[in-house]
Amino acid sequence: MKQTQTEIRLAGSGGQGLITAGIILAEAAILDNKNVVQSQSYGPEARGGASRAEIIIADGPIYFPKATWVDILLAMSQKASDQYSFDLKAGGIFIVDTTYVNQIPTSSALAIPISSRTREKFGKELFSNIVALGVICETTKVVSIQALQAAVSARVPDGTEKLNKEALAFGRKLAKEAIKKNNGLEAEVIEADS
Amino acid sequence: MSKKTSYQLMQGNEAVAEGALAAGVSFFAGYPITPSTEIAEILSDRLPETGGKFIQMEDEIGSIAAIIGASIGGRKTLTATSGPGFSLMQENLGFACLTEIPLVIVNVMRVGPSTGLPTSPSQGDVMQARWGTHGDHPIIVLTPSSVEEAFHYTIKAVNFSEKYRNPVIVLMDEVIGHMRARVNLPPRSMVERVNRVQPNMPPEWYLPYERSATGVAPMASFGDGYRYHITGLVHDAKGFPTTNPSEARDNIRGLFSKIERGFREICLVDYELMEDAEHAIIAYGCMVLSARSALEQLRKSGIKVGLIKLGTLWPFPRFAIEHYLPQLKTILVPELNMGQIYREVLRVNAGKAVIEKLNRVNGTIIAPDEIVKTVKGMVR
Repeated sequence: MKQTQTEIRLAGSGGQGLITAGIILAEAAILDNKNVVQSQSYGPEARGGASRAEIIIADGPIYFPKATWVDILLAMSQKASDQYSFDLKAGGIFIVDTTYVNQIPTSSALAIPISSRTREKFGKELFSNIVALGVICETTKVVSIQALQAAVSARVPDGTEKLNKEALAFGRKLAKEAIKKNNGLEAEVIEADS
Repeated sequence: MSKKTSYQLMQGNEAVAEGALAAGVSFFAGYPITPSTEIAEILSDRLPETGGKFIQMEDEIGSIAAIIGASIGGRKTLTATSGPGFSLMQENLGFACLTEIPLVIVNVMRVGPSTGLPTSPSQGDVMQARWGTHGDHPIIVLTPSSVEEAFHYTIKAVNFSEKYRNPVIVLMDEVIGHMRARVNLPPRSMVERVNRVQPNMPPEWYLPYERSATGVAPMASFGDGYRYHITGLVHDAKGFPTTNPSEARDNIRGLFSKIERGFREICLVDYELMEDAEHAIIAYGCMVLSARSALEQLRKSGIKVGLIKLGTLWPFPRFAIEHYLPQLKTILVPELNMGQIYREVLRVNAGKAVIEKLNRVNGTIIAPDEIVKTVKGMVR
């Protein structure tokens, strides 16, 4: 409806850190001096089960706190991809983590094995959510990288700031590779051990 | 203008906890339950920092019993729960109503009945908040519809409970409880705090239930030297049981009259685009958010519709509707229940305007488009 409003949905399974990622993205938007609302939906389980975080970023007031037609969709499970790809606006950006999404419903999706590449680089998938934020920031510019870096540092546990900063940079690198590949350029997959 | 850094991202439940602290609450007893748990979690951290007390009780019956005790001891008290816990609190809630003990219960509603849908939004406890405990009793129920309001209404709830010596319910839905928004909260020094009136006569002259000119009796704290009796039986001015019909009448009617005196102050209502409205949406809690978005779309298509936002549900702010009835053709009441406030609107309307309801009980919120569609259908 309004051009100044961006609706974002991060969807996957409980335990992937998507609600934390949503909070960080919302805090980054505040640092960018934008208006923001973040909401979430999850099942009764602590891990497993569907989990979803939504963030609306706008220059003006935000009335309805839930995303209806999303501009940016991140799917980190097959179920999330199946369920939410229909909610994407025409021209919206769809990012799928191919570690968990085997059947991608559209060729226009940005397909990146976020979790498996994170595991290769950091030895665990713990940082996948922050890597995903790096991907989102690089592909959509919905928040500034300075704000996102500050928001990540402020929210993550003490002592992990450096690793999380690396995770953010790694996400941006993955996004650049994928965009290159999507544009039909001969993008060879760059190994993750930089 | 340049102080953009004073904005912060805050969750509705977090705002309730901040509001409780700002209002001077220094005692919390509760039992964690989704979707209210963050309130207990935050206060378990913050209350001890400032000399307050936090107790996790064995259940919700114990929780309300503990805050009743703390309130009699002079503390401002609060507990937080959801439907199943609120059900368990009903017996002692009635005790607090009859014995006129200030306390605040925050009920972050989830879908019921019973265990229901623990993580999904609902507004199904509106009537329970009014009539959940047995017997005729007054109750104050406030319902915030934004994160900032969650902060301010919690403060108002504490203040009303102190001023009127009555339990106050903050009835919140999961959407408001769990959503995070950019807020700018006032400094503590700007927050109004109301304290219960204490007796100033010698202890031997004190009659604990003798109402002053305000309709409210001064309340002595246990331990301050005023020895008096508190009972869940109907009682006289001394606080002792009575079966005398005129004393019983004074006791029960007195409960109502103190709230009736404060009716206008207690009723928090906001009006948006109502001046020229021919149609109105009456909403509260998260439905206000859907309604505002719908309002914008409907106004663009030339329909003169406005919003009556109920911040107080009980006592029901009937004047808010009565004032606009002469100019209204239709009223829509969207709710995440089967139509609990709709019935109140029908009662106040008394056949004047066309009233319709829009209901949802499946754990999802009513989207703005559905309100737009319904209003367009009514207007046609």
